[in-house]
Amino acid sequence: MIRSDIIKELAPTIKDTLTVCNIGLPSQEMHMIDDQPSNFYMLGTMGLASSIGLGLALAQKSKVLVIDGDGSVLTNLGTLPTIANNVADNYVLLIIDNGSYGSTGDQPTYAGKKTSLTAVAKACGCENVIECKAEDTVQVVKDALAGDKMTVIVSKCESGNIKVPVITMDPVVIRDRFMKTVAAQNA
Amino acid sequence: MSVNDVIIDGFVSNKVEFITTVPCKQLGGVIEAAEAHPDIYHIPSNKEDEGMGLCAGAFMGGKRSAIIMQNTAIGVTINTLVTLTQFYRMPLPMLISYRGELREPVACQAEMAVHTKALLAQINIPTYHFHRQSDVEEFDDILKYTFMCNKPVAILTDATFWGGY
Repeated sequence: MIRSDIIKELAPTIKDTLTVCNIGLPSQEMHMIDDQPSNFYMLGTMGLASSIGLGLALAQKSKVLVIDGDGSVLTNLGTLPTIANNVADNYVLLIIDNGSYGSTGDQPTYAGKKTSLTAVAKACGCENVIECKAEDTVQVVKDALAGDKMTVIVSKCESGNIKVPVITMDPVVIRDRFMKTVAAQNA
Repeated sequence: MSVNDVIIDGFVSNKVEFITTVPCKQLGGVIEAAEAHPDIYHIPSNKEDEGMGLCAGAFMGGKRSAIIMQNTAIGVTINTLVTLTQFYRMPLPMLISYRGELREPVACQAEMAVHTKALLAQINIPTYHFHRQSDVEEFDDILKYTFMCNKPVAILTDATFWGGY
């Protein structure tokens, strides 16, 4: 399974969930497969999906899912101690770990070599870290969203990409409809 | 009232409830005051761009947010300021210690100080410079301006303002 297979399988489960999508292909795939106002697409700024999601989770009550990647988390590795030390039980970080920088042509990341993001997350103090196979990801995410415990999921999958169009939606539109969804869910 | 108290009161009266910080010697007192205030959620960041991500999320979650940081980090946050804060039109007050100005003891700090205003001007960030302690009287207006126009706004605070350190 590659990342787009996981996102395709995951889409019906997270239809109404506040979802922060990482820059590049994760956002573009989510947008193509099931565009929802509850999705926040990152059009730039490599690495910050997990931070945006954490700020969002700490600021309001609805569940927040972040679809991140191993390359992105490596870019912003300082995010894991911040997550561990500011527990938000409505926060689920899904790191789709394909061991490569998919959006830039599948160059290998260190997460596909010696570095285990699961071990890094645990060492940073994250208390509920689950590593799973790609095939089990949807069930693990479902369980995490149904629970009330901050969860970091590292889903190990194969690298590879499908062809997807870029997102042409204006960023202010993405942000505005997302904020309206957040406000409605917290009303 | 100390400048730290004026700044924290300004944040609170403008409903800024979520503040992220990366420390600087000059900012020690204001960071301590943010941590101590019951109406502020203080979340230390490991890096300033991470903090701007946290602030973006908190803002979309309905809480006004702000960052407290040092000017040396302007260089590493340009991309985030442009492609996140500005591109999505989000307000972000940035209280910045302006190291490398008069009374600076560390020579290396002057190297970034000479670029600070130029970089902020290059990316069209409204910038205010607190030099005298009385300059803090404009803090409330600057916060109101930031949330009126939905932009990142920089407030540079130098060693003379903080009374040396």
